[in-house]
Amino acid sequence: MFYAPPDVPVAAHVRTVTVTITNFTFRPARVVVHRGDRIVWTNQDSDPHTIFSRAAHWSSPALDTGKSFTRVARRRGTFHYFCTIHPFMHGTVVVR
Amino acid sequence: MSRYIEDQPDADGVDRRGFLKCMAWAGTGVVWTLGSTGFTSRALGEVAPARKAFTFVQISDSHIGFDKPANQDVVGTLEECVRRINALPQRPAFVMHTGDHVHLSAPDEFDTVKQILGTIRTDRVFHVPGEHDVFVDQGRRYRRFFGRGSHGDGYYSFDVAGVHFLALANVQASEAETQGPANGLGRLGHEQLAFIRRDLAHLSADTPVVVFGHVPLLAVYPQWGWATADSAAALRHLRRFSSVTALNGHIHQVISKTEGRIAMHTAASTAYPLHPPGDVAPEPLVVPAGELPSRIGIRTVEFRRGHSSLALVDESLSS
Repeated sequence: MFYAPPDVPVAAHVRTVTVTITNFTFRPARVVVHRGDRIVWTNQDSDPHTIFSRAAHWSSPALDTGKSFTRVARRRGTFHYFCTIHPFMHGTVVVR
Repeated sequence: MSRYIEDQPDADGVDRRGFLKCMAWAGTGVVWTLGSTGFTSRALGEVAPARKAFTFVQISDSHIGFDKPANQDVVGTLEECVRRINALPQRPAFVMHTGDHVHLSAPDEFDTVKQILGTIRTDRVFHVPGEHDVFVDQGRRYRRFFGRGSHGDGYYSFDVAGVHFLALANVQASEAETQGPANGLGRLGHEQLAFIRRDLAHLSADTPVVVFGHVPLLAVYPQWGWATADSAAALRHLRRFSSVTALNGHIHQVISKTEGRIAMHTAASTAYPLHPPGDVAPEPLVVPAGELPSRIGIRTVEFRRGHSSLALVDESLSS
């Protein structure tokens, strides 16, 4: 379940931003969120995918078809991520 | 000439256009026999009759754990491949699995594939890792099951009857060597390249060399990661040999390409085909009911004593 750690002030309106994985592409490839927002990736491909970013400390398990991965935007910055099974798949999350 | 082989299968599943291009690239040393019920290819370096010195078998991309419409019985099709290997007229000296043994790197998937491969009647089963074998834990589980005696991410070499075999691990980039976002290509890395240089240094130039690896050593379609980023460095060490054959997997279809003296042949999967290069996405290709057996299978390679080259036979499960 989603929770906000004490050191991250939760904005008045916490948003959920969705990224769809379809046809071996993260859509949208770049999202802009605020601290406290949550990002949900959902795999709609028949092949499994992962979300991995060393800088953001995101490392999902293999997401099979229909499975999702959720992370809370904790720190400001621009975070690039990719699929470790298909590393030509890239995405970016900008946290303001 | 484009950097990849265009592959446009006809309705019968035979890739004539890709076949013709392969012929153009491979020169005169390759003879392909196209069966009416799916792929059957023969790459013949020498056609003079001679006693077979030994044979080996390559299988690839079994993806145990996969359960989507492209093949809902990947265990059954792998078992059928094993049955065909065990029915070959000549017992293979060894069997090489060129990676993606499993689909999600789960322990039960590894256990299943190990048990099935354990029923093959051969002296030894060798392995190289595919990205589906290693992406969860940088390959630790893979190496526990299949990496005994290998170096680094799982590379090694061995010799059989005067033929030198290099088994490469080209699906993992070390953190130190990955600058910025990964480009999706296979990668050997400095450590493995140094191993290749040392390993080949003592061999005479007329030693036949066979190179195994999951991701194609020669570029097929880099936009999908169907190439090895630093293969040029490896190819420099291989260039002085009169016969070099790269046998790869990853792309679930038979494609051949030649650069200089180095001939590459990718293998069919034991599970399901992928889309041809550049067509839609590198995802499983769902073929009409009944057509799957013609798109998957095994590869037998024959070495004839006294000849430096090999004969290669791809046999689909509909053959």
